[in-house]
Amino acid sequence: MEFDISRFRDTFFQEAEEHAATMEAELLRLEQGGGDAESLNAIFRCAHSIKGASGTFGFDDIAKFTHALETLLEGMRAGRIEPTAARAALLLRSVDVLRELLAAARTGGPPPAGVEESAAQLVVAQRADWAPNAPAVARVDDSAARPYRIRFVPAPEIFLQGMDPVLVLRELERAGEVQELRVDLSRLPPLAQLDPEICYLGWDLRLRSEKSAEDLRDVFAFVEDGARVEVEPETARPALSAPSVRAPVRDSTSIRVTTEKVDKLVDLVGELVIAQSMAAEILNNFTASSLLRLQEAFSEMERYTRELQERVMGVRMLPIGSVFSRFPRLVHDLAEATGKRIVLEMSGEETELDKAVVESLGDPLTHLIRNAVDHGLEPPEERRAAGKPEQGAIRLHAFHQGGNVIVEASDDGRGLDAAKIRRKAVERGLLAEDQPASEEQIHAMLFEPGFSTAEQVSSISGRGVGMDVVKRTVEGMNGAVSISSAPGRGTSVRIKLPLTLAILDGLLLRVGEQTYILPLVAILESVRPTAAQLNSMAGQGEVVIMRGEPLPLVRLHRLLNVPTEVTDATRGLLVLVENHGRRLALLVDELLGQQQVVIKSLESNFRKVEGVVGATILGDGRAALILDVAGLAQMARNARGVIDR
Amino acid sequence: MTTAATLGTETGTQVNQYLTFTLGSEEYGIEILKVQEIKGYTGITPIPNTPPYIRGVMNLRGTVIPVVDLRVKFSMEEQAYDKFTVIIVVTVRDKVIGVVVDAVSDVLDVAASQIRETPDLGARADVRFIGGMATVGEKLVVLLDIEKLLSAEEMSSLTSAA
Amino acid sequence: MGRTALIVDDSVSIRQLVSFTLREAGFSVIEAGDGQEGLHKLDDGRVDLIITDLNMPRMDGIAFIRNLRSRPSSKYTPVLMLTTESQASKKQEGKAAGATGWIVKPFHPGKLLEVIGRVLP
Repeated sequence: MEFDISRFRDTFFQEAEEHAATMEAELLRLEQGGGDAESLNAIFRCAHSIKGASGTFGFDDIAKFTHALETLLEGMRAGRIEPTAARAALLLRSVDVLRELLAAARTGGPPPAGVEESAAQLVVAQRADWAPNAPAVARVDDSAARPYRIRFVPAPEIFLQGMDPVLVLRELERAGEVQELRVDLSRLPPLAQLDPEICYLGWDLRLRSEKSAEDLRDVFAFVEDGARVEVEPETARPALSAPSVRAPVRDSTSIRVTTEKVDKLVDLVGELVIAQSMAAEILNNFTASSLLRLQEAFSEMERYTRELQERVMGVRMLPIGSVFSRFPRLVHDLAEATGKRIVLEMSGEETELDKAVVESLGDPLTHLIRNAVDHGLEPPEERRAAGKPEQGAIRLHAFHQGGNVIVEASDDGRGLDAAKIRRKAVERGLLAEDQPASEEQIHAMLFEPGFSTAEQVSSISGRGVGMDVVKRTVEGMNGAVSISSAPGRGTSVRIKLPLTLAILDGLLLRVGEQTYILPLVAILESVRPTAAQLNSMAGQGEVVIMRGEPLPLVRLHRLLNVPTEVTDATRGLLVLVENHGRRLALLVDELLGQQQVVIKSLESNFRKVEGVVGATILGDGRAALILDVAGLAQMARNARGVIDR
Repeated sequence: MTTAATLGTETGTQVNQYLTFTLGSEEYGIEILKVQEIKGYTGITPIPNTPPYIRGVMNLRGTVIPVVDLRVKFSMEEQAYDKFTVIIVVTVRDKVIGVVVDAVSDVLDVAASQIRETPDLGARADVRFIGGMATVGEKLVVLLDIEKLLSAEEMSSLTSAA
Repeated sequence: MGRTALIVDDSVSIRQLVSFTLREAGFSVIEAGDGQEGLHKLDDGRVDLIITDLNMPRMDGIAFIRNLRSRPSSKYTPVLMLTTESQASKKQEGKAAGATGWIVKPFHPGKLLEVIGRVLP
């Protein structure tokens, strides 16, 4: 038995969160009239499971609350209470409260306000004539201490482990109220045969305790080897039902992995160990002729290592459906609030992405859906007038493309008004009055931080709220976001994400004594410029002419404040990078080569640094910074701005 | 460890342990419970556009942690790093941070009764970061409040890059 | 009379943390860097509690515990091992060698005292 109960708590929270998600999904069906007896059964089972498990883990407030939920559900399931839409709505709100309770229990925070009221509502809602706004009158039953029967027969050699069984009994005494204690002397031998180093005694007791059976069993953790330990609640508790739906995990501290995946990993490690011992063998008896065999053994190890790396990364992969699953509820709530009729279509839920990416996608996608409902979709009348179906559609679609995953959020609403956005951009100083801009560039303006402030939201048909946040979040995951729209036909936002966050294909480069890494995806080419290509333009700073096109030249040593001897661009190298269609030439001392690097967070121990996405550890053990092209471009623009003024 | 044993019997006053180190001729102490480990100087990678006292980041067994130079932080004369330079790795509110000091000297038991309030030190060290002064034998030790010292704004936040 | 504990660990910081916590709880503390040193220190007298790491140079924790149980002076002394979550098999081995219980690293000082309360009257 594990001593540390918190490990099981994590599992409990995962399971409870899954149950809550199932309850929510089924309740939504029920509320829309799509549910059946099986829905009610599923919801009931979930509540019941949470209740049982939360009691075990000592979360009494959760157990109490789910008890109220369960009671109402039991009545509905048995047909005594009618499953009205109002009751479904109340239950939905209760699931929210339950989630808050779970969150509070998880973080050890105070329980959320209003739990008592919600529990009371659930009780009142059992009345046949219950109407949603009836005042709450009842309170939930408050029973804390439970009776247990405990039997403890220590291992005969317990003394030899430096333990005294009496200490265990004392600890039980502290855990509650001992109502009966009997010593079992049946194993006591005749005096002549008695060995003073052996424990012959056993104990039976009845205890009333607020603690769970699990907690009480924990008291025996050090003495259970070779012992007989029984802890039984006196009133038989119903067996925990198996969870009915396996929703994907949505949790930031642990990952559930199928045994299949783990077995494969174990196999691979075995292969690797064999390959390694073979290599060691060759080295031990090394002669010149063994070189070829050593090379083979080495490439074998390399192959296994690479496969191991891929599979370990696979462990971190989660289906994107785990974040999609929260949106039916969101769309339901939004539809209710706006009076619009909306259908949500989702596809590609099984597409796997790095766990961290999946978890970070929740907020940006929520923004996008909110925007689509608020500003994209028209009210039913307007849609009818435009010859469209009254019910608007929002689509979430995930799929693979190359080494990336694309997530598209689109609607069939009124689309973006490019002219209005252009006007706004000019007002905001993001665009000069007479500056030509393609439709694509104009749409991209929506992602500019200065663009979306509250006052404009209403004046722009289409997007506005928090689009810069969406962009920042996506770029923070090494992804990219773009938007396209057709007037009257709808808008589509496309998020492109790397499969995994933790590994990046990078180009190692040197500036002065420092090594930096640029993400390979951002790099177009590298060139050594001739003097004729270099130029200085008024108000633009240095540029390099590439195939007739002037590109801003950014001196990395200057931007990053690193001393170097290579300040003459014709002696260094220019790395051409692209960010949002804008190209940039970065001056570096030299390129060191291409390498996969593991991304380490700077933020976990420090903070975000402008122009840097993270760090990695190089082969020589030193930390090196991974540069962020978008950030560098921004820094370069700011630097230029300063020079101009 | 006989000193430890005898001190243990001394009851009544609250005794805290401090790791002491030197910066120039001065002796400083930080609570031992905040100290994770002590490392020799290893390569530090500078971070662009951060205050000078943030020397950069280093690799601590696969984790990247920032390194702060206390001489620079306290506006003392800078000194080249050598093989005696020591990095004290501390944990401050879940963040692991390296602190460069001249040398580590001792672990001291400091009773609450030995701690005096901070006198005016002039401009030398920022009084906000000082938890008190302790006289231990002949020595005067400045007890640092490492939480306050390393929670200055530039360590934790950054105005958005955008 | 005050009680005495022996803490055996090759990591100075862990030793310091444990000693500190124990002293706060009124123990006298003797420290040792490995099993052999630990046994040596015990030659000077009996202790009320022994806390030992498992992975140590010279004499590891398992051998140390076996040795303790073979000496009359420490045959019944409570012995707690410091283990990590990943050392389940080591824990079993330690129990088999005669350890009384374990503390999983990393631990909070309060947890340490709680576990000690479980093995010391």
